Amino acid sequence: MTSTVNAVDERAAGAPEFPMARAAGCPFDPPPALRDRQQEGPLSRVRLWDGSTPWLVTRYADQRALLADPRVSADITRPGYPLQSPLPPGGSGVSFILKDDPEHARLRRMVTAPFAIKRVEAMRPGVQKIVDDLIDDLLAGPKPVDLVDAFALPVPSLVICQLLGVPYADHDFFQTNSKVIINLDVTPEQRSAAHGNLIGYLNDLMGEKIADPVDDLLSGLATRVTAGELSREEAAQMGVLLLIAGHETTANMIALGTLALFEHPDQLALLRDTDDPALVSSAVEELLRYLHITHNGRRRVATEDIEIAGEVIRAGEGLILANDIANRDPEVFAEPDRLDIRRDARRHVAFGFGVHQCLGQPLARMELQVVYGTLYRRIPTLRPATELERIPFKHDGSVYGVYELPVTW
Amino acid sequence: MKVTVDQDKCVASGQCVVAAPEVFDQRDEDGIAVLLDAEPPAERADGVRHAAAVCPALAIGIQD
Repeated sequence: MTSTVNAVDERAAGAPEFPMARAAGCPFDPPPALRDRQQEGPLSRVRLWDGSTPWLVTRYADQRALLADPRVSADITRPGYPLQSPLPPGGSGVSFILKDDPEHARLRRMVTAPFAIKRVEAMRPGVQKIVDDLIDDLLAGPKPVDLVDAFALPVPSLVICQLLGVPYADHDFFQTNSKVIINLDVTPEQRSAAHGNLIGYLNDLMGEKIADPVDDLLSGLATRVTAGELSREEAAQMGVLLLIAGHETTANMIALGTLALFEHPDQLALLRDTDDPALVSSAVEELLRYLHITHNGRRRVATEDIEIAGEVIRAGEGLILANDIANRDPEVFAEPDRLDIRRDARRHVAFGFGVHQCLGQPLARMELQVVYGTLYRRIPTLRPATELERIPFKHDGSVYGVYELPVTW
Repeated sequence: MKVTVDQDKCVASGQCVVAAPEVFDQRDEDGIAVLLDAEPPAERADGVRHAAAVCPALAIGIQD
């Protein structure tokens, strides 16, 4: 027994730091050290900013098993949870994505209806119009232009504003505060302040929707507040979550996906020259798999001892499930480091897995299908206006992507 | 093939509807999966198997 404990301690003592760095010149690939870990064995230990040494899980099958296991908790306030940054004081205002069932399910089911497949499909013509109009503006405007600012960020921001019932005129305000919240290099005070700004904003908006509900998602929440099913604070909290998650992630997929296609001209040509929705949809799945923008791992903590892959994860131990390297698991995806938009990549875990899988994934998929299926066909000569080496990547963000992408045509 | 859906486990991801729209649908009020055809014909087996494989909540059961 003693020797086992010592072996675990030794492994923890030698644990490498996490997150790990990507290799220079390989901005689309996960860190090489993650690949090494995946090849060496199913579980290992890593060291976080606070000195804790949670388990790192790298293989696809183990990640899916653990993310679907009810003994694995997403509750950020549980001791042992591997924190990405210091927990804000008080611990209140935690959204449902960081809670467990049944509370998580109760809150999540209040906002699942608008993301049902048929509801999302009904939004497609509106999204197509948004994309077409923005491309018209691009073509009529000066070049080179920053694709992030002029297209990648406006598309999902306009869509989520419409869905939630948030005035798009306030986009500078919510985009700026969202950027602070997802930047890992800001201080806890800065993050708290930005979060407070958004909570205050959504709380005011919720007041308007309670007084005068219309046909949008926030009004749906307002009706539940009036009915006593939800507190106004919880409603504002959910609004903030949906607003941030609804624009930042998709925006990064649009810009980073475009850059990845620039670097793979044969794949870009396939997409540009097709009008087959099945190939466009396949390209979306492959780019989600290949790029995996939520690159700091899903975070969990075990509530009971769990035996997996020949190891025992003890109750109270933290888990980091690095979905980016699971999407490059050669056991599941042949030649995983090759971008191939014709492969069947639908089993990827870019949206996570288990009960916490991304709520907005049907909407994100539809938006990306419209964008990837339209942008390169309408601007066939679209190309980068600078070298890859000069493009700033979001290594410091909890969501990966590019800060800017100058393009011309 | 016999198919079941556990609506308590379902998280309304809707991926079963994308994979096999003739077999699965979603409730209007909360997007929870509904079974349209509990014994789908053989030509829909691949779609149903894919639906079960990508269901994030492992809520779809299949008996051959």
